[in-house]
Amino acid sequence: MSSTTGRKSERLLNLLIMLLVQRQYVSKDRIREFLYPDASTEAFEKMFERDKEELRSLGVPIEVGNMDAYFDDEPGYRVRPDQLSLPDIALTPDEAAVIGLATRVWQHARLADATTEAVRKLTALGVEVDESALDIAEPRLSADEPSFDVFWEATQERSAVEFDYRRPGARTTTRHLQPWGVVRYSGRWYVVGLDTDRGQERVFRLSRVEGEARRTGAPGAYDVPPGTDVRATAVRLAPPPSTGEAVVLVRRDAGIALRRDAVSVETDVVGPDTSTSWDRVRISRGGQGVADELLGYGAAVHVESPAELRAEVVDRLRAVVRGVEMAS
Amino acid sequence: MSVQPAGAKDQVARLLTLVPFLHARGAVRLDEAAAALGVPAEQVLADLNVLLMCGLPGGYPDDLIDVDLDALEEPGGDGVIRVTNADYLARPLRLTPTEATAIIVALRALRGSAAEETREIVDRALGKLEAAASHGSAVAQIDPGDAPGGPDLVRLEAELRQAASRRRQVRLSYYVPSRDEQSERIVDPRGVVTADGFTYLDAWCHSAEAPRLFRLDRIAEAVVLDSEIQTEPEPPRDLGKEGFFESSPESLIATLELDPAARWVVDYYPVQAVRRRRGGRLEVDLVVANERWLQRLLLRLAPHARVLAPPAYADSFAAAAEDALRLYN
Repeated sequence: MSSTTGRKSERLLNLLIMLLVQRQYVSKDRIREFLYPDASTEAFEKMFERDKEELRSLGVPIEVGNMDAYFDDEPGYRVRPDQLSLPDIALTPDEAAVIGLATRVWQHARLADATTEAVRKLTALGVEVDESALDIAEPRLSADEPSFDVFWEATQERSAVEFDYRRPGARTTTRHLQPWGVVRYSGRWYVVGLDTDRGQERVFRLSRVEGEARRTGAPGAYDVPPGTDVRATAVRLAPPPSTGEAVVLVRRDAGIALRRDAVSVETDVVGPDTSTSWDRVRISRGGQGVADELLGYGAAVHVESPAELRAEVVDRLRAVVRGVEMAS
Repeated sequence: MSVQPAGAKDQVARLLTLVPFLHARGAVRLDEAAAALGVPAEQVLADLNVLLMCGLPGGYPDDLIDVDLDALEEPGGDGVIRVTNADYLARPLRLTPTEATAIIVALRALRGSAAEETREIVDRALGKLEAAASHGSAVAQIDPGDAPGGPDLVRLEAELRQAASRRRQVRLSYYVPSRDEQSERIVDPRGVVTADGFTYLDAWCHSAEAPRLFRLDRIAEAVVLDSEIQTEPEPPRDLGKEGFFESSPESLIATLELDPAARWVVDYYPVQAVRRRRGGRLEVDLVVANERWLQRLLLRLAPHARVLAPPAYADSFAAAAEDALRLYN
């Protein structure tokens, strides 16, 4: 670390201490006199602005107020000790151990660092962290979606976001959202919020955001509607999960994944051909993906019901065969 | 450490944690302090040399923070550091909104995979942190949910990670969708990686004699063996960067035409080239793991993907579709 850095650190820390130990607001002149004695007026203004900004970004709450009740033209600055420091959190050793484990959960560099920093602060006052005392398999929380950081910060700051979004089979469109929350659901991250183009709540899968998401508004630009439960909203708006049942005939020894979570399996039933024996498998799923899944098995699976599902599978196979005939 | 402009800010942040750390403990060995802060000992020394120059705004020697480094310099010293005259910095800073949210979300994820008695501890810790979380954190708005696959999968993942770090072989019972087959194999685990919401074991597979990825939710059983791995240990692949298949000389390429409804394929599978066609269609050169895998993919996409080359794949796909259709005649 260079000595310039050392001198700047010194100035920042002395500024913090100066504002912290005074009961009243400290005037700008006094600050300049003590900490920036050699700087020109212009240089002082610039440095002082930047120094305040850096301290604030560390979480130091610098208050601005009036020095004098009668003359409101001279601002003063102070830091209130109770606003600055961590409240008294007395952690028991087992709680500290759990908190130590939390540092290994995030598979996301910035949030892993933030967690580690939080643990350092929480344990600075003397609790020792002994993670080995716990028998717990810590989950890994990943957030590989490139837009995750933007939506996380926008949620935290309540600022609007603009992004390009692509639904499968649809055109990419530019969307405008006031994010209310970020939710993981079946291992994927979603953002929930108010779509300001449509004036309605919407949910977006982060992996379908194309390119970079951009924060467009000032922080604190909107409020999350009181009582919003972001998980419930995401679940309500997300594509409906599998519901309903399908009955399929499956060749013996095939369709292992279908059998594994089947509602019931009836063996040795009459099948569409006699080259193998067949089983009747009742599965609990529905929605868009089920036809795709069943088609993937080709001639090892025959759909009995529901009729719409059977018709979809037949139509799609016919379209393939017809396409080939037309081309040849 | 960098000498970027951020250096001073980082240094101040470190000092604001170091001072309470020393204050609460009285005297601390330099290497202990360095370990607690996650920086080299020289950095802690540099930080302390800055601290020496800080204190109350009086300008008198008594106003300065007293940093006792003598023990480090004396030949027979006990190697400890002490800081006094800094009572006003005795408490660490509040958590920033990002720190508060990051740790609370991590703890919530931890809660979902904890056994009942541990869950009670997690709840206590969470309660204290949530009460203390500084105003402005978005803890209520960021929800990690339960681990996909539930606690069993978390435990499996932990076991596999441990097997990889201890260099132990694993016997897997694994479902292979492209062959619709339950397989048994011995693997040398390399690590656990995630991509698009799924978690995979990256391992050298002794049956395939090649590195393979195993989706954790398709592992029916994993037994960590006493035998050591037989291949050179390697870090797991970064799926974000390398994609799912390493293109090796023997990997096959198929050229497909994809309708808009099948365009998602280019995001999920390795493609060497993508060419735009009329009507939102794409022509792609897809890296094919094996022919059965391709056939299954084409059937799933039916009729929105067509094989342009090689002709043999087009013929076998047509034959598979005809076979399947015959079941309904």
